[in-house]
Amino acid sequence: MTEFLQHVVNGLSLGTIYALIALGYTMVYGVLKLINFAHGDVYMVGAFAGYYVATALDVERSPSLAKALVVFVGSMAVCGALGFVVERFAYRPLRNRPRLASLITAIGVSFLLEFGFQLPSLRSQAESLESALFGFGLRLPDFLHRLALALPDSFPPGPTPRFFPEPFERVDWTVLGGVHVSNYDVVSLGVAFAFMVGLQLIVYRTKFGTAMRAVSFDARTAGLMGIPVGRVISGTFVLGSVLAAVAALLVAGSRPRIDPIMGLMPGLKAFVAAVFGGIGSVPGAMVGGLVLGFSEEMVAGYTVSSFRDGIAFAMLILVLLIRPEGLFGRVTVEKV
Amino acid sequence: MRLARVVAAMAALAAVACQTKKPEAEGQAGPAPAAAPSAERILVGHIGSMTGSEATFGQSTDNGIKLAIEQWNAKGGVKGRQLALKTYDDQGKPEEAAVAATRLVVNDKVNVLLGEVASSRSLAMAPIADSNKVPMITPSSTNPRVTKEKDQVRPFVFRVCFIDPFQGTVMAKFARDDLKVTRVAILRDVGNDYSMGLADYFLAKFKELGGTIVDDQSYKAGDQDFKAQLTAIKGKNPEAIYVPGYYTDVALIARQARELGMKQPLLGGDGWDSVKLYEIGGKAIEGSYYSNHYASDDPSPRIQDFVKAYQARFGSIPDGLAAMGYDAAMVAFDAMSRASEPSGVPLRDAIAATKDYAGVTGVITIDSNHDANKPAVVVEVKGGKSVYVTTIRP
Repeated sequence: MTEFLQHVVNGLSLGTIYALIALGYTMVYGVLKLINFAHGDVYMVGAFAGYYVATALDVERSPSLAKALVVFVGSMAVCGALGFVVERFAYRPLRNRPRLASLITAIGVSFLLEFGFQLPSLRSQAESLESALFGFGLRLPDFLHRLALALPDSFPPGPTPRFFPEPFERVDWTVLGGVHVSNYDVVSLGVAFAFMVGLQLIVYRTKFGTAMRAVSFDARTAGLMGIPVGRVISGTFVLGSVLAAVAALLVAGSRPRIDPIMGLMPGLKAFVAAVFGGIGSVPGAMVGGLVLGFSEEMVAGYTVSSFRDGIAFAMLILVLLIRPEGLFGRVTVEKV
Repeated sequence: MRLARVVAAMAALAAVACQTKKPEAEGQAGPAPAAAPSAERILVGHIGSMTGSEATFGQSTDNGIKLAIEQWNAKGGVKGRQLALKTYDDQGKPEEAAVAATRLVVNDKVNVLLGEVASSRSLAMAPIADSNKVPMITPSSTNPRVTKEKDQVRPFVFRVCFIDPFQGTVMAKFARDDLKVTRVAILRDVGNDYSMGLADYFLAKFKELGGTIVDDQSYKAGDQDFKAQLTAIKGKNPEAIYVPGYYTDVALIARQARELGMKQPLLGGDGWDSVKLYEIGGKAIEGSYYSNHYASDDPSPRIQDFVKAYQARFGSIPDGLAAMGYDAAMVAFDAMSRASEPSGVPLRDAIAATKDYAGVTGVITIDSNHDANKPAVVVEVKGGKSVYVTTIRP
């Protein structure tokens, strides 16, 4: 029984992460009918942005709540900006082209982020360029040389994994006779639920949310009604990316290893969660994320643990075979 | 507008073209090498994971090789010729190791190939060494398939370390005889030849010695969450957990195990050997044991001389990888000085004839399977570093 409850706790913490990332997928699909495959990598960028801010603030040696908040807000801002930039330069020019072009572009952005972050740091790239030119007998002018030295030394981070510093002291409790819960678990559950509730409020109680829902019903008519469709779409991307950053920071607190391809698997699984819950539906993404987190934890814990990743994709196949519109999705009938 | 897009596309192409794989270093500092003409130099190739999840493996091995080269060059080189090193980073990926190996043997025409530490990557390199007739010495790959594929010994591939059938039994013997435990769980890395092989050999020997394996769970390298597997293991109540993985994952596993309230010691293999294990694992890894090629606190003079020389050159205590890199390079150069030609078949024959070479990590004799038959040490993680516990002979 204790083992089962421990699995429940673990599954809950895993599920809320998937739910937060799935929300980004589902909102963008709802508004643009585009599956943003780069979303998992926005999550990765959020983790690294938080890492860089935390290193700059020296969280490792003197953690504090104020610094943790700055790390949070900083990472959310960076991801929001990234979402805006990606939409503006990668997806908007293809708005009137066939949907396949946007899908492939999304995959391209995903690879760009993953492999871009695995490149050696800008300063070492400049230095190797300099020594290569020197081998040809060319010397760089002094101001370019000084510019090369001023380039960042730890960005891009390269393939070696980094370890996120602990933002606050870890406290473990043993409850219900053997189940281990830490304050990290409690905080991350609380923050995740708070953000999900906040998103519900935004989507269903604000003007922006109504505009988002209108655009997802019929973009052209919404435009005719005076809704600034371009701005609504950008706002949706920013909102989704901010949630991905929150997910990344919650994960990084208790599972501190971050590397440039950390977003690949969670991104794919969150996509499955969004499809499971009904892609385009906000409560669907939340439920889908929680269900996926639980299933993964139970399967990994009670059966062969190497099926851990496989279960997500098995669920995807099942959902597409049995109920392709997902749990909360609407069946769309095409009238000819 | 059209012109702007064309210019942007051209700039992108140019940026991509500039990203050719750059060799890590040529063994000298500064952009103006004033070395002897290359016809006189003997080129040694090294492929290692200088970046990636096992970054310290490649870096330590590279340092060990550099030290060996500097010591030989100071004594006049091999047969009067100076040695030079060319290192490529495989980023921890077997595909990259294969590409780097091809580059070293075909483009750079190295005399000998040193590497890799990880068995998966050595397996990627071995066919390339064989087909190009360039001798390859792996310093620390312990999976038996690296030198012997299905009863066929690979003609040009050698190793200077023990193999996993032996290493698996080392920890099994230690667990039964020294720690006196009967119930052990295994947590293996399912995508890693080294981890799978080592776990299997441990399992077989531990059962043979009368112990029980209460659970056998797996994970994938790069996973961040091991709580599902650890919770299942916890339910079976083992006295120790065997985790034959690489240090990054092991450190995280240790942390998460302690978070779940599991107090059993962890046992492991030489994949744990890294300064990062203690940095990341912290208090969680204290009191755990692993098998290794050598212990830096061994008082024997040969080891202490090496430790002092390494510390003077690189400013840190050499780990097992550095010592193995050093020994692999020394064996290669010793063979070069005995061979009629320091390359190709004559060099291969000289390496195969290596007998009783006194290395830092033990006496090295290359047997008919191109392996070295050496004892292993078991170390304990105490006070943020590894402390020698015992030696187990084959």
